[in-house]
Amino acid sequence: MEPILQIQHVSIDFTQYTGRKGLKKQRLQVIRDLSLTICPGQVVAVVGASGSGKSLLAHGILHILPYNSHMEGEILYDGVPLTETRAKQLRGQEIVLIPQGVTYLDPLMKVGPQIRKGRNDAAARAASREALARYGLAPETEELYPFELSGGMARRVLIATAVVEHPRLVIADEPTPGLDMTSARRILSHLREIADEGAGILLITHDLEQALAVADRVVVFYAGETIEEAAVTDFSELSKLRHPFTKALWRAMPQHGFQPISGAQPYPGTVEKGCPFVDSCVDCVDKCRLVENIPLREVRGGWVRCLQAERPSRRESTTPGEEALP
Amino acid sequence: MKRQNSRKSTLLFLGVTVFLLLFLVVIGLGVEEEATVTDFTRTNLAPSLRYPFGTDWMGRDMFLRTLAGLSLSIRIGLLTAGVSAVVALLLGVAAATLGPRVDGCISWCIDLVMGIPHILLVMLISIACGRGFVGVVTGVALSHWTSLARLVRGEILQLRQAPYMLAAEKLGVSRFRQARLHMLPHILPQFLTGLVLLFPHAILHEASVTFLGFGLASEQPAIGVILSESMRYLTTGKWWLALFPGLALVLVVILFALLGDRLRRWLDPASVHA
Amino acid sequence: MSLEASHVTFAYRGRRKHPILQDVSLQIAPGERVGLKAPSGRGKTTLCRLLAGYEKPLSGQVLLEGKPLSSIRGACPVQMIWQHPETAVDPLLRLGDTLREAGPIDPTLLTQLHIQEAWLERYPAELSGGELQRFCLARALQPSTRYLLCDEISAMLDLVTQAQIWQFLLKTAEERRLGLLVVSHSEALLERVCTRVIGLAEGM
Repeated sequence: MEPILQIQHVSIDFTQYTGRKGLKKQRLQVIRDLSLTICPGQVVAVVGASGSGKSLLAHGILHILPYNSHMEGEILYDGVPLTETRAKQLRGQEIVLIPQGVTYLDPLMKVGPQIRKGRNDAAARAASREALARYGLAPETEELYPFELSGGMARRVLIATAVVEHPRLVIADEPTPGLDMTSARRILSHLREIADEGAGILLITHDLEQALAVADRVVVFYAGETIEEAAVTDFSELSKLRHPFTKALWRAMPQHGFQPISGAQPYPGTVEKGCPFVDSCVDCVDKCRLVENIPLREVRGGWVRCLQAERPSRRESTTPGEEALP
Repeated sequence: MKRQNSRKSTLLFLGVTVFLLLFLVVIGLGVEEEATVTDFTRTNLAPSLRYPFGTDWMGRDMFLRTLAGLSLSIRIGLLTAGVSAVVALLLGVAAATLGPRVDGCISWCIDLVMGIPHILLVMLISIACGRGFVGVVTGVALSHWTSLARLVRGEILQLRQAPYMLAAEKLGVSRFRQARLHMLPHILPQFLTGLVLLFPHAILHEASVTFLGFGLASEQPAIGVILSESMRYLTTGKWWLALFPGLALVLVVILFALLGDRLRRWLDPASVHA
Repeated sequence: MSLEASHVTFAYRGRRKHPILQDVSLQIAPGERVGLKAPSGRGKTTLCRLLAGYEKPLSGQVLLEGKPLSSIRGACPVQMIWQHPETAVDPLLRLGDTLREAGPIDPTLLTQLHIQEAWLERYPAELSGGELQRFCLARALQPSTRYLLCDEISAMLDLVTQAQIWQFLLKTAEERRLGLLVVSHSEALLERVCTRVIGLAEGM
């Protein structure tokens, strides 16, 4: 199938003032050489730690980056480059964003007009009713102000607002923080539904468990780089995964032993050469520190940025859960 | 592509402006004697190289008078803004920390003072205090503290609910330390900006009250006095008597407003990355 | 000997008619790890704030070892860890100063929490959420601390950091016989961490 969105070697950097007096100007690369592809009907999840610049990716696609940032690389929508003017035309129509915060709703406007985006004809009214009903919201919700909604309802209103136009690409930026399991699952299943109707979905989240629950493919983000792209089924078994960090994530899941690793994620832009994960990696060799740009390679049907991906990990021979809790 | 380093240029602008204004104050103080010298051999001269702003009907050099007037205006501005700021700080802190009753009372006062047009209030207070220097300073100082007090109050109320303040309290950090380390650094930038932005208001109100005859005495070299006197001579074609002093006053006011605006941008943490 | 909420009712200002907690009782013994699970908006955070002493109940009492919590002066034995660590540290203060004002810094605690010395010289905006959360833990774990209230402390963190933090907390709680209240949406986490899990039903 023709991909709906192709992101090729995209980097985003920021201009910052640093130093003790804030007088030094610095460019900070937050996203480095990111590539991913979304086909219609697919949910692709980008998983990374909070504060790792994932939201910037969403803003970059929509061309709504803050003015002190700069994007390089190519984004193709429907096979044609997505320029700023084209993004302006398409966003809100074919490409929609489900934003992170409920604060994206206008606090002084009732829900109904916000979903209809200013139009007030019979067709628009019917469409907004239908969108609300689809997400289990009563027609009366139209008459409520955002502060009268609970957290879960507000999220569903955000989704309804996004999909009322029948978009072809949905970008969901952390759609469920602060929701309990039941509400979160419900939101995720709505995303799945939208995908099953033929739209492509980019789900940006810090929560691997959530991503696994709904996505087809998972892109793992580490220190501003994509380190692995894998099918969701690969996460069923440790040995199917490719990158040592992805494996560490797997082992850290509460149901898989809850094992931490030592060290912390380096800041985006601070790693000049070599693999950003070397300090926490059990499998790294000298080469990992020296190679200038480790390429993203295809290994066993997925993509990985690791020189040792074909070798079996030294950790895999140990019994899982040996450092786990009693 | 080399873009301009905006924080450095802001800092430079702040330095130059402050220097310029201080320079004006000092020069004005120096020429105060000369500015009041009357010389009837040179009355009503149009602007020339010798007398760039011309001379008035008593032969006083308008350039020197303007300088002295601006200097006086800035000094009055500093004094009144300073007094206003202290009043605002005390009342704002009191409203935010001494309980709902004090808060209600002070907030009512703020609304009351804000509800009366400034110029009217300044005039009334100035007359009540016997006009002159004391009258103007008291009037302007007592009518300009409200918005700053409201700002300080709101800021403190918000800070007291911040999780890090709650955490500090539960960790046994003393009240004094909480105020010094966690409150002051947050309020100071807002406060300083508010203070600088008070200057143009104070200066303009001083000049207008004096112009209307409720302020400084006519022998003082104030811009308001110069302007109100020159009104009598404007119709006879002595345009320079009002134009240059008026222009100079507007320039100083704009300079202060720019200073406040740049200071705000310089101190505002949100624009650090801009 | 425990931290106890007895028959606590609480409503926010201006919403007296709709109490968010009604007649709630809860007891945490030293060394116990109590999980608290409830749908959003049922007052889990409010209960934490009450137990930490940030709010006063309308009726009922919060007792620490039999004495009212509000009678305690100075460093409190009950400490709360917040969901969003970036709001829990002063953005204008170096992290070292924030940590020092609570008491002397314990270097072994820093090592256990994987906090690097260099971070002490930084400002909060220069660290990630996971790193800040470890700071908040280091700050809360004063020698006088007996109870920790953890309000969704790992919800915003990635799995590896979550595992790091919880492994550390469990070990420390065991060693010091701390009482923990763990609020979380994740059932897998509660199951792994807690000695018992309670719910918070509406109008309980």
